[in-house]
Amino acid sequence: MLALFYAFISQAHGRSFMPIAGTKVAQKVDSLYSFLLVISVISCVLVIGGLIYFALKYRRKTADDKTAYISHNNTLEFLWSFIPFVLFIVVFAWGWLIYRDMRSFPDDALEIHVLGKKWNWDYQYKSGKRTTAELTVPVGVPVKLIMTSQDVIHSFFIPSFRIKQDVVPGRYTALWFEAEKQGRYQIFCTEYCGDQHSAMLGTLNVVSLEEYETWLGDNPYKGLSLAEVGQKVFSQKCTVCHNVNDQRKVGPGFAGLYQKQRQFADGSQAVADENYIRDSILMPQKQVVEGYPPNGMISFQGQLAENELLGLIEYIKTLK
Amino acid sequence: MAVTTPESEHNYLNHEKGLWSWLTTLDHKRIGIMYMVSVMFFFLLGGIFALLIRTELAAPGPGILGDGQTYNQAMTFHGAIMVFMVIIPGIPAFLGNFVLPLHLGAKDVAFPRLNLLSWYCLMVGALITFTSLIYNGSDTGWTFYTPYSIEHASSGTVWVVLGAFVMGFSSILTGLNFIVTTHTLRAPGMSFFRMPLFVWGLYSTAIIQVLATPVLAITLLLLAAERLLGIGFFDPALGGDPVLFQHFFWFYSHPAVYIMILPAMGVISELITAFSRKTIFGYRAIAFSSLGIAAVSFFVWGHHMYVSGQSELAGVIFSFLTMLVGVPTAIKTFNWVATLYKGSIVFQSPMLFALGFLFLFTIGGVTGIMLATLAMDVHFHDTYFVVAHFHYVMVGGTLMAIMGGIYYWFPKMFGKMYSEGMARMSFVFIFTGFNVTFFPQFVLGAMGMPRRYFDYLEIYTHLNQVSTAGSYMIGIGFVIGLVTIIQGMMNGEKASDNPWGAKTLEWQTASPPPHENFNYEPQVTAGPYEYR
Ligand code: HEC
Ligand SMILES: [Cu+2]
Repeated sequence: MLALFYAFISQAHGRSFMPIAGTKVAQKVDSLYSFLLVISVISCVLVIGGLIYFALKYRRKTADDKTAYISHNNTLEFLWSFIPFVLFIVVFAWGWLIYRDMRSFPDDALEIHVLGKKWNWDYQYKSGKRTTAELTVPVGVPVKLIMTSQDVIHSFFIPSFRIKQDVVPGRYTALWFEAEKQGRYQIFCTEYCGDQHSAMLGTLNVVSLEEYETWLGDNPYKGLSLAEVGQKVFSQKCTVCHNVNDQRKVGPGFAGLYQKQRQFADGSQAVADENYIRDSILMPQKQVVEGYPPNGMISFQGQLAENELLGLIEYIKTLK
Repeated sequence: MAVTTPESEHNYLNHEKGLWSWLTTLDHKRIGIMYMVSVMFFFLLGGIFALLIRTELAAPGPGILGDGQTYNQAMTFHGAIMVFMVIIPGIPAFLGNFVLPLHLGAKDVAFPRLNLLSWYCLMVGALITFTSLIYNGSDTGWTFYTPYSIEHASSGTVWVVLGAFVMGFSSILTGLNFIVTTHTLRAPGMSFFRMPLFVWGLYSTAIIQVLATPVLAITLLLLAAERLLGIGFFDPALGGDPVLFQHFFWFYSHPAVYIMILPAMGVISELITAFSRKTIFGYRAIAFSSLGIAAVSFFVWGHHMYVSGQSELAGVIFSFLTMLVGVPTAIKTFNWVATLYKGSIVFQSPMLFALGFLFLFTIGGVTGIMLATLAMDVHFHDTYFVVAHFHYVMVGGTLMAIMGGIYYWFPKMFGKMYSEGMARMSFVFIFTGFNVTFFPQFVLGAMGMPRRYFDYLEIYTHLNQVSTAGSYMIGIGFVIGLVTIIQGMMNGEKASDNPWGAKTLEWQTASPPPHENFNYEPQVTAGPYEYR
C-alpha cells in the first residue's frame, strides 16, 4: 500500500497529478483543485478515521454486551448538515466563477475553425490555410476555436489548459484559451466516437507570434482568406436574392446583419450569430424573417462544402 | 401430496418441488431467489467482460481484444449488463423481493403475479439484448449517444436498445409493487416510523423506478424508430438534435444512479445496527434523506452535460442542485458512523462489507463533489476520473451492499450457514483489489486520460498495469464469494432462526421461513432497532 502511495506521489511531480498548467484559467482550476483535495482528504480522514476508531474501540467484549440507546442529537445533526452545506456552496461558487472565465470569449480573439470527423481534427485558419491533426497558434494571444463535427459527436480536450467542449454535428460550439508558454501540448477526443476513438489525437503547437505569421503565409494552397472564399460563393449563389447593402431584394440585405436582433414571422426573436446564419442557409424554414414568404429561400443543405459555408458566414460578418 | 414433512421443517423451499414450481411460483421469496440466481449469472458475464477490458489495457497497443471494435463491444456489454441486469435489479428485485414482505410482517407483496411478470421481463429483455450478438453485437457504450448509435454503430444496437426497453418494465413493475405493498400490507402496529430503514430505501427507490423509467423507455423507443424507420429525432442529418437525446437519457439515468444506491444504503442501515447491536442514530434523518435524495435526483441530470453544448446557465443550475444532493448523502454517512459509537461491534463478514461500503462510499462521495463543481468537471469529464468515481459508488457502494446483504440474509434464505472464514477471505480480496484497481484511475483521470480508450499514451502505462493487477484480485474475491455461497447452500451447517440477534421481523420467523412467512400474525409494538 505504501509503495503504491509512493508511486502516486512520484507521478504527481508536485502538481497533484495534473498535467502542466498552460494558461491562467488552468492555474485557477488548479487552485480550486488543491482546495478540493485538501477538504476531501480531511473529510475522508474524519469519516474513515472515526469509523475505524469506533469499530476498534467498541468491539464486542462479551456475548451479551449492553449498548447505549442514542436515538439522535439535534445539535450534532444540525452541524453536520450545515457545515457540508456551506462547504458545498463555497465550492459551487468558486467553480462557477472559473467556469465564467472559461466561457467569456475575448472580443479580439483569433478565430480558428475546427472540424471534427472520424477520426481526425481539421483546422481552418482565416487566411484560408487548412491543416489536419496539428493546430498551430501564437503564444500570448487569445484564440477562439469555433467547432463543429462532420459526423458524430466528438469532444475537444486540451488537458494542459483544463478545457474541453463537445463538438456536435449540426451546430457550432466554441472554446477559447490564451497559451502562456510556447511548446507542444496534447489534444484528445473525449467523446466516444467509434473504432479509432483513442487514436483521434492531436497536437497543439504554440509558437511565437512572428513564427505564427510566417507559418500562416506559407500557404501551400496559395488560396483566399475565408471571407474571400465566402465572397466568391456569395456572388455565385446568393446575389440573385440578397444585396450586400441593407436594401431588400427577394430576401433581406445583409449589411449589419451580424449580431443584429432578428424578428421572425412566428413572433419569436433571436440575435444573428454564427449559428443563426448557418441555420438560415441550411434550414431557412426554421426561422423565417418577418415580412418575407415562408418558402422564399431554398435550403443549401448538402450543396456547400464546410469551408464554403464557413466562408459565407465570415463574409456576411464583414458586411457593415 | 405424498410428501410428509414435519410441521417444523415445512418451509418455502420444500413447499413445492421441481423446476416448474419455481418458474410459476408467486412466492416473493422464491422470486427473490430466482433473481439472485439470474443476477449472479449476469454478474459473472459482466465480470468476464471487465477482466477482458482490463487485460487489454494492461499495456498500450493492441492486446488480447485485438482491435478497437472488439474492445468497444466488450466495453458496451460490460456496461449494459452491469447496469441493466446487475446493479438495477440487484438490490430491489433480489434482496428487496425476499426481505420487504418479511420486514413488513406481510405474507407476500401486493401483486404476486406482477412480481413474477417482472422477473420474466428481465429475462426476456436480457435475451433480446444478447440476441444482438448474432447481429454483429453493439459498440455504442451503454449510453447509446446519438448520432453515433443511429448512423455508425454496429447493427446489433437495436437489439440492445429494445432489450433495455423491456428490462425497464421489470423495474417499473417491481417499483409499483413495492409502493403498494408498503402502503397496504404492513402488519398491525407497523407504523411508517417503525419500518426498517431498508424499507425506506426500497420505497424511495420505487418512486424513482415508477417515475423515471418510462422516460428511458420512450427515449429508447424513439431511438429504435429513428434507426429502423429513419424518423429524425436526434440525428441532425434528419433535422434532429443529438443533445436532446442526452437530456432524455440522463433524465432517467441520473435518477437511476439512485435506484442503484438508495436500497444499498438501506441494507447498510440494517447491517450496521445488527452488528453493533445498537439502535440507529437519527432514524428520521436517514428515512427522510432517502426521500429527499429521491426527489432532488430528478433535477440534477444536466451535470452529465456540462460540456455537451447545453446552455451555460443550465450548467450553473445543475451544479448548484447537485451540491444539494450531497447534503442528505453526507448526513447518512455521519449517522452510520455515529451509530457505531458505544456499540458492541463484531466483524462478521456482513459487517466487514458494511464497513467497506462506508470506506469506499466516502471516497466516492467526495470525488462526486469534485465532479459536481463546474470548472473542475470541464477537466475531469469523460476521463478516467469519472470511471473511478462511479465505480467507487456503484461497485464500492452497491456491490459491497449486495455482498453484505447476501451474507446477512443467507441463513434466512436457506436455513444454513456459509463458511465465515471463506466469506472474510472474499471480502479481503474484493476490498483490496477494488482499491488497487480504481484508485489509480483517479490519478489517470487527473492526468487527462480519456475513458473508453482502447489504446493509450505511454505515460499512462504504469498506473494501468496496477489497475489491471487489482482487477484480477477482485475477480478472485468474487470467485471465492461464489464458492462460499454455493458451498453454504449445498452443505452449510444448519442456521438458527436469528443467528445475529437482530430485531427486525424476518428474524422472528423460522429459517427458512414457511410458505406464508409467519405462522402467526406478527404484532409490532416497537421500532426496528430496539437494542436496549
Ligand atoms: C431564391 C431566393 C434566395 C436565394 C437564392 C438565397 N436566399 Fe437567403 N433568403 C431568402 C429569403 C426570401 C429570406 C427571408 C426569409 C427567411 O428568413 O427564410 C432569406 C433569408 C436569409 C438569411 C436570414 C437573413 C436575415 O435577415 O435574418 C440568410 C442569412 C440568408 N438568407 C443567406 C443566404 C445565403 C448565404 C445564400 C446563398 C448561398 C442565400 N441566402 C440564397 C431568399 C434567398
Ligand atoms: Cu472523437
